[in-house]
Amino acid sequence: MTLLEVRDLHVWFDLPHGGELHAVQGVGFEVDPGQRLGLVGESGCGKTTTILALMGLLPGNATVAGSVLLDGEDILAVGEDTVRPHRWKDVAMVFQGAMNALNPVRTVGDQIVEPMELHGIAEGEAARRSARELLEMVGIPGSGASRYPHEFSGGMRQRAALAMALACQPQVLLADEPTTALDVMVQAQILEMLVALSTELNLALILVTHDLPVVAQVCERAAVMYAGRIAEAGPVDALYHDPRHPYTRLLFAATPDLHGERDVVSIPGTPPRLDRPIVGCPFQPRCDRAFEPCPVERPELMGVGSNHIAACHLNTVAAWNGA
Amino acid sequence: MKPSVAAGLAAQASADARAPLLDVSDLQTRYPVRRGIAAAIARRPRRFVRAVDGVSFSLFPGELLALVGESGCGKTTTALSVLKLVVAQDGTIRFKGQDITRLRHRDLRPLRRRMQLIYQDPYESLDPRFRVRQTVEEPLIIHRIGGSRAERRRRVLDALARVELSPPELYAERYPHELSGGQRQRVAIASSLVLEPELLVADEPVSMLDVSVRAGILSLLDGLRRSGLGTLMITHDLSTAAHFADRIAVMYLGRIVEEGPAREVVHNPQHPYTKALLSVVPKRDPRVRTKPQVLKGETPDPVQIPRGCRFHPRCPVAEPRCRTIDPTLHRGAKSVERHLAACVLI
Repeated sequence: MTLLEVRDLHVWFDLPHGGELHAVQGVGFEVDPGQRLGLVGESGCGKTTTILALMGLLPGNATVAGSVLLDGEDILAVGEDTVRPHRWKDVAMVFQGAMNALNPVRTVGDQIVEPMELHGIAEGEAARRSARELLEMVGIPGSGASRYPHEFSGGMRQRAALAMALACQPQVLLADEPTTALDVMVQAQILEMLVALSTELNLALILVTHDLPVVAQVCERAAVMYAGRIAEAGPVDALYHDPRHPYTRLLFAATPDLHGERDVVSIPGTPPRLDRPIVGCPFQPRCDRAFEPCPVERPELMGVGSNHIAACHLNTVAAWNGA
Repeated sequence: MKPSVAAGLAAQASADARAPLLDVSDLQTRYPVRRGIAAAIARRPRRFVRAVDGVSFSLFPGELLALVGESGCGKTTTALSVLKLVVAQDGTIRFKGQDITRLRHRDLRPLRRRMQLIYQDPYESLDPRFRVRQTVEEPLIIHRIGGSRAERRRRVLDALARVELSPPELYAERYPHELSGGQRQRVAIASSLVLEPELLVADEPVSMLDVSVRAGILSLLDGLRRSGLGTLMITHDLSTAAHFADRIAVMYLGRIVEEGPAREVVHNPQHPYTKALLSVVPKRDPRVRTKPQVLKGETPDPVQIPRGCRFHPRCPVAEPRCRTIDPTLHRGAKSVERHLAACVLI
């Protein structure tokens, strides 16, 4: 049963000197309860903008179109008024730098209690008790509730931010690069915890990251974004072993692996600018397998396997051989 | 001092019939902990963060040594101490045989040209008001080399060509904001290369860059290494170190706990800390889901380094003797020559 469904999401930003930037260009995906979806891509591909749009947290110069269905209800229909009751209560988020996500002048406990009181989940002593329980759930002693963020290490702050996101027992957790600023050992602890929480609480997790190995290890499915669109989406196993978009294949090839034997190769060129129209496939100038239709016709997403879609002209010609 | 290291490396050096470019032994760098007025009046003893606490290693020309470890392990302080950008309290640093540990600033100047640093963030390290040619030319002016303007220009274009920014004439006129992250890092590397250094210290050279351009920068460093440049790369990314380094030195709490050929360290780790660190690196292939061996707790405070083996409080295989013996780097029973670890159990 689909819990969250995003359909044809678009985001435009008004630029200060006129013109607009089409940051998200028709993104769609769905997640079931307890499922973990990775949203991967390089900086500027629109992955963070996509999830900020789900939370209704985009700045004032952004225009959003499309629908976000939570249990069948469009929470984006009217904008702020329809998003607010769900924000943090049903859909919560862990931000990239926990340093910036926590208020430095309030105790960690107070900050966990705040959304509970705001959404009428719990109040007073009951709320404080659940705050302590939440901290214990993420591996911080309950007494940590009376401490301030600066008294915590980076890993503990990220755990506290996680406890804060779980305060209202959300159904969907959006995590934006939750471990990027952390050391590998602490990253492993946080990732282990995210997997355990999504399983135990039947929480749908959307993990946004540029780090392919993290997604490969944590998520069941992933969507690879490029230039504001989904280039390919499917089970992580298929993306790695049977990529059907050259970008996915090249991205994995550019990622060093501990025991990898093959050379790591960079992808030449840079992503296209999104403040002007793109003709043809946006990846075509950097692609090693571009052919006649690529510069002129934009490929649409199409099914290429079980639960596996890709937007590449190669999938329409019989000559496709995967590499 | 770890005599075994020095001995091993000395033997290797004579075998190679070449001298190390950089030879660091028992380096110690401490930062004083700020104490309050009350503590000063009460004459409570000054306390120190022992950021680098007895580090020894050698680097040969044409070699890339990766110094890996988690934040706070002392890898950056080690690099800064080597470059004499922070003052080490103890130990010796030899650059091409010359002891530079106590050298005065004036005498260091000619050496600085030969040892260059590349910073982590090319968005911060380039002056936004400088054209690329000005950024790359500035070191020449500071060090008063290159003579005429035409000669300096030739050197600038040459350096840009070496970092594969082509055509160099075009890139020379650009401003940093017109460049991508990878191109900026190439400019930063060019402004080091223009001085024709012998030692390059790269502090997390790709961690701020997108995955698709990282390999290009690392291949560039690899090419420079092949041309004879000794490179010390500071990184927290073991996968990158495994791919691009000749040797890896793993640091924990101010000390190198394991050091050896990159392949050996990755495929046949000896120290329990290295083993744990390797086990938590996420693998690219979703089918390879190994159980990570997550260490409990966090790295102890470098103000109070545990007695005995500094890793024993978190070590999954610690024995009672680990609480008292501070192990030195030595070759284990199951490891090759020049693969050393500081653990009593190997």
